[in-house]
Amino acid sequence: MFFQIAIDGLLTGMVYALVASGLSLIWGVMDVLNFAHGEFLMLGMYVSYWLGFLMNLDPLISWIASGVFCFLLGVLTYKLIIQHTLSGPSLSALLATFGLSMMLKNIALNRFSPNFRILTGTLLDGKRIFLGNIVLPLPQLITSIFALVVVFIIYYIIKRTRLGWAIQATAMDKSAAELMGINTEKIFLLVFGLGGLCVGIAGGLLPSYLAVHPEVGGLFSLIAFVCVAMGGFGSIPGALLAALLIGLVEALSGFYIAPVFKYVAVFGLYLLIVMVRPKGLFGW
Amino acid sequence: MIKEDRKKQDLFWYVLVAILILIPFIPRVAANSFTQHVFILILLYASMSQAWNIIGGYCGQVSFGHSVFFGIGAYGAGMAIVKYGIVPWPGIVIGSLIATVVAVAISYPCFKLKGHYFAIATFAIVEIFNRLFMVWYWLNGALGLDYPMLKVGWKNFVWYKTKIPYYYGALILFVIIFGIVRFIERNRFGYYLKAVREDQETAEAVGINSAFIKLAAMALSAFLASFCGAFFVQYNFRVEPPMVMSLHVSMLFVLVTILGGVGTFFGPLLGAMILIPLQEYTRVYWGGLGSGVDLILFGFLIILIMVRQPKGIMGLINEFQNYRNRKRRRIISTEAEIN
Repeated sequence: MFFQIAIDGLLTGMVYALVASGLSLIWGVMDVLNFAHGEFLMLGMYVSYWLGFLMNLDPLISWIASGVFCFLLGVLTYKLIIQHTLSGPSLSALLATFGLSMMLKNIALNRFSPNFRILTGTLLDGKRIFLGNIVLPLPQLITSIFALVVVFIIYYIIKRTRLGWAIQATAMDKSAAELMGINTEKIFLLVFGLGGLCVGIAGGLLPSYLAVHPEVGGLFSLIAFVCVAMGGFGSIPGALLAALLIGLVEALSGFYIAPVFKYVAVFGLYLLIVMVRPKGLFGW
Repeated sequence: MIKEDRKKQDLFWYVLVAILILIPFIPRVAANSFTQHVFILILLYASMSQAWNIIGGYCGQVSFGHSVFFGIGAYGAGMAIVKYGIVPWPGIVIGSLIATVVAVAISYPCFKLKGHYFAIATFAIVEIFNRLFMVWYWLNGALGLDYPMLKVGWKNFVWYKTKIPYYYGALILFVIIFGIVRFIERNRFGYYLKAVREDQETAEAVGINSAFIKLAAMALSAFLASFCGAFFVQYNFRVEPPMVMSLHVSMLFVLVTILGGVGTFFGPLLGAMILIPLQEYTRVYWGGLGSGVDLILFGFLIILIMVRQPKGIMGLINEFQNYRNRKRRRIISTEAEIN
């Protein structure tokens, strides 16, 4: 039983990792907390859901559409909102994204009603793998592995490509990066887009087993914040580790203590960790 | 020059309080209880945001956890009336003491964190408290506390037919909290706060015990916040965890302060004067349909304000004053040239 729950927790943790790595990128490069991150996820889920519902596209394909959608959403958010708030105190960017999250959530409520919606009859629906006495539902498994792969790709881009080096340079010192001929405006734009892409892909895959509703993003964005802060400033491996840990703690405490206390345990763990390491696990 | 500015500010403050005392006598306000409701909320949120401003603005520690203290204050008054059937006052006092103790206990470890790390830790604290209060049987859990019918008057701090006494209650709260902040602003403590905000290391180098200053500011801020919570529940006759202890509530206090001007004396009032009517009137005109149109508009307006004026309204006013001063100086210098 313990292993079953632990594996379920880890699978959830991998999805958290993808959501958190998008946030981590934005935070690491721009020092902006994107409050609307969960709402991007929610809209990505709706894109995938409607494609599946109206056009019979499987989430295994429609993640591309929701990824592109959220990339554009991120770019637009940067162009229309974040760019203008960077001159003020760092709080104003956060509050502007808070306004955005409120707006997006209620637009979804207005357009799609508060009903919980779930995609049925997808390719993987109801299929599962048995490993001894452990059951692995295929939709969760594929989504989580996919999420993990995307996290690794993002990490590879940051560490090994010229674009990634430019992003790192911008994160370290904006004006020095500009002197080296890096167009930091463009980097910011791209980073916001990439952050959107991450949640978009996660959102595209999730509707195969998680119900979509306008409030779905709230919890995800809170957990993503905690992952990023627990992992350390802009560190993707840190966010990954923290996300796995959070998934594990959430599942285990939900089973062994009580379901109502699972998030108390998650946030309590976070507070304990930052008390010991004030800049997160991988922070410096 | 500074002294002159202060005298002007003093005069402005007294005139403002006098105007606020006279507002219920305006016939249009006296006849319309919704207008009174908006004025009450403006005063309440201005006071609450000023309480936040002590730690968030003057001391520079941006906390999103103030809904916890607001909620504890609300539950203090609520428990006294609903569970124990007595007047709210002892509950308010106990609630405020508990809020202060909780604030110190939480903040002592959290003040090690900086910037966004501190902000996220306070998010986590709000969520923890929210979930604990939701299942806490003694506090009626998610059902919340519902007020029974009570005897009207200042003893119970409850009125049903009129809102005017509530207005004066909120005004008393407003004058006390703004008065305390005004006192602090000119006091040694206020300068310590600003020193810690500007540069903690330098402040420590000149002999300020920054950890103590931050804790003291947080304790004071939470203490005052709990009174606002108590007022809220007395006005609302009902309290449940999501109503007082959620991120949304915390955000509203921060928004009001940032919008008005963070770390300024009149900022919270200006912010509340704009944000609260916006919230209430959009709710009244578009909220009844249950379609979220009011919140779409509200969110859009928040974005608009943050994009157009990231430094708040006080930033705008300061710019205007600088512009005027420069003009005046130019006139003086040209006069000198002529002579």
